[in-house]
Amino acid sequence: MKIRSMTAVLAATVVLPLAAAHATDLEVTHWWTSGGEAAAVAELAKAFDATGNKWIDGAIAGSGGTARPIMISRITGGDPMGATQFNHGRQAEELVEAGLMRDLTDVATRENWKEVIKPASLLDSCTIDGKIYCAPVNIHSWQWLWLSNAAFEKAGVAVPKNWDEFVAAAPALEKAGIVPLAVGGQAWQAAGAFDVLMVAIAGKDTFYKVFKDKDDTVAAGPEIAKVFKAADDARRMSKGTNVQDWNQATNMVITGKAGGQIMGDWAQGEFALAGKVAGKDYTCLPGLGVNEIISTGGDAFYFPLLKDEEKAKAQEALASTLLAPATQVAFNLKKGSLPVRGDVDLAAANDCMKKGLDILAKGNVIEGTDQLLSADSQKQKEDLFSEFFANPGMTPEDAQKRFVDIIASAD
Amino acid sequence: MTGQAHTGRPRRMLRNLSSKIASIPMMLTAVVIFLGGTIWTVVYSFTNSKLLPRAKFVGLDQYERLWDAPRWIVSIQNLAIYGVFSLVFSLVIGFVLAALMDQKIRFENTFRTIFLYPFALSFIVTGLVWQWILNPEFGVQSVVRALGWESFTFDPLYNARIVIYGVLIAGLWQGTGLVMCLLLAGLRGIDEDIWKAARVDGIPMWKTYVFIVIPMMRPVFITTLVIIASGIVKVYDLVVAQTSGGPGIASEVPAKYVYDYMFLAQNLGQGFAASTMMLVTVAIIIVPWAYLEFGGRKRA
Repeated sequence: MKIRSMTAVLAATVVLPLAAAHATDLEVTHWWTSGGEAAAVAELAKAFDATGNKWIDGAIAGSGGTARPIMISRITGGDPMGATQFNHGRQAEELVEAGLMRDLTDVATRENWKEVIKPASLLDSCTIDGKIYCAPVNIHSWQWLWLSNAAFEKAGVAVPKNWDEFVAAAPALEKAGIVPLAVGGQAWQAAGAFDVLMVAIAGKDTFYKVFKDKDDTVAAGPEIAKVFKAADDARRMSKGTNVQDWNQATNMVITGKAGGQIMGDWAQGEFALAGKVAGKDYTCLPGLGVNEIISTGGDAFYFPLLKDEEKAKAQEALASTLLAPATQVAFNLKKGSLPVRGDVDLAAANDCMKKGLDILAKGNVIEGTDQLLSADSQKQKEDLFSEFFANPGMTPEDAQKRFVDIIASAD
Repeated sequence: MTGQAHTGRPRRMLRNLSSKIASIPMMLTAVVIFLGGTIWTVVYSFTNSKLLPRAKFVGLDQYERLWDAPRWIVSIQNLAIYGVFSLVFSLVIGFVLAALMDQKIRFENTFRTIFLYPFALSFIVTGLVWQWILNPEFGVQSVVRALGWESFTFDPLYNARIVIYGVLIAGLWQGTGLVMCLLLAGLRGIDEDIWKAARVDGIPMWKTYVFIVIPMMRPVFITTLVIIASGIVKVYDLVVAQTSGGPGIASEVPAKYVYDYMFLAQNLGQGFAASTMMLVTVAIIIVPWAYLEFGGRKRA
């Protein structure tokens, strides 16, 4: 009896996907699984379902590092999904070069992507040999310092307005038993924090010379030495964090156990979820309050080349849905990111998002490191900075030497 | 791995023909998938393949970069420490447990089950459990402190210098039970008369174990050794679950380097070079041993 009902259930699980596989079903893989992210994806699915197609959700838990290898092996292994998320930049470069991705130039010209997508560098990252291969959906910037107002109150110091004030306030925080700067143990967090410090302290030109031109003399120079000095401060201030995930580190700021965190604007979703109000409970400093520049990395959808004509049509429908003004607003409000279109109205945005939109409107933007460096160089950088932040015995000079090697060998 | 010694005489080739035919699929799998895959990997480790394999040869570049990478060096050191200690301790502890079990104790079945139980858990579960046990906030450290020893510090997973021993503890906890069972089976295979003879001659028990029983258990020990050693070389999931290589890069292992560079860094060439080095390391250990083990016997 039990066995029979179990086989029935098993059979049902096998039959269901088959029955659901109509020609216009499109499986979309992504790694948006946290509460706020899932709510944002639901907006995309809703908009796509409204076009008469069906969004089959293929969420892969465990952040991009876990999801990307799965996506790539599905595409290269001959089992492509209908559409998939990547960070726009160079992550899917070789898949495009190998001819595994659909060319979206037709849709893009029809819908005038070149005009509406701001900043233009987003579309440039999707363009290889003059053809457009991806649809950017949002802008995420890394250059934010999130501060807990409660923690500074407890320590008896004013909430800092820039990085230097923050460093100066660190001893007072420590005395109050608060970790000044939360840095989670995952490697990408340390590497990301360094990139942020670089933009804030060494400025845009140096940033580009190092990461775009891969100029190793600049990387070895005094400007970058200053950045490593600041990273050394950050390392000292992060002692005692003892958490792994970025959202656990953000949670330390939310609960006032840590003074601040250098993290991208996705951290905002966590503050919102905890019911905190920007300006009252927490403070955000774009560009660490030093250099108000934000990077314009983010997420984009790529469409693997499929043989099925119906699915190809559905792919084009999805591409245009993703960039429709209504979808852009609904999605980005939930996600806490900025829209890729300059012509939509985000009246419901909170203080921090408005700061971001302002900077974007002023054009104080740079490309993200994902757009400038290959995944290989990014990984080497992660290895270096996760070691640097965990090992107080490693001097900033030694770290800079290794950094120069990475830049010199970057492609 | 061990490579059966083939005599190759035609008369012998035809013996047991049906069983030989039956083993053809497995032989083909071994040759095509294992050997073919290995050769393919080694060849492509000399290329600059990125996300997709491509046959653009760059000589030893990947190997130079590999041996320049601090993370690889740390990985190798960790594997050496983990390997030596886990080999020694799991054999010693496993044998002592097996010898104790062999004393005709009561509830032997119960104890055997308890000791073998951890082996039923995957490395991922083991890693997570020990991550919690060793966490200073709510693990061993906090329990001891709650008992009144306020200054007690035990946080191996957050200390770069000793983190690999934290991983080792979990590995031993998981694997020793199996070693115990294998060795216990070996002990049970020793003829009762040998024990009687030793007792008649007045040889103390520990001497009987060390000089008579252990040498007689040589085949069992070799089996155990191979099982432990292969577990050591491929250790990966335990580290991922317990520390994900941290703090920093202090508990990285070679298998994780291979995975990270092949799939996260999208640099197949580098990953292939690293896995080839792992193969070479294994070969350096296996080949002389296999030569002594099988080559020596033929001559005798």
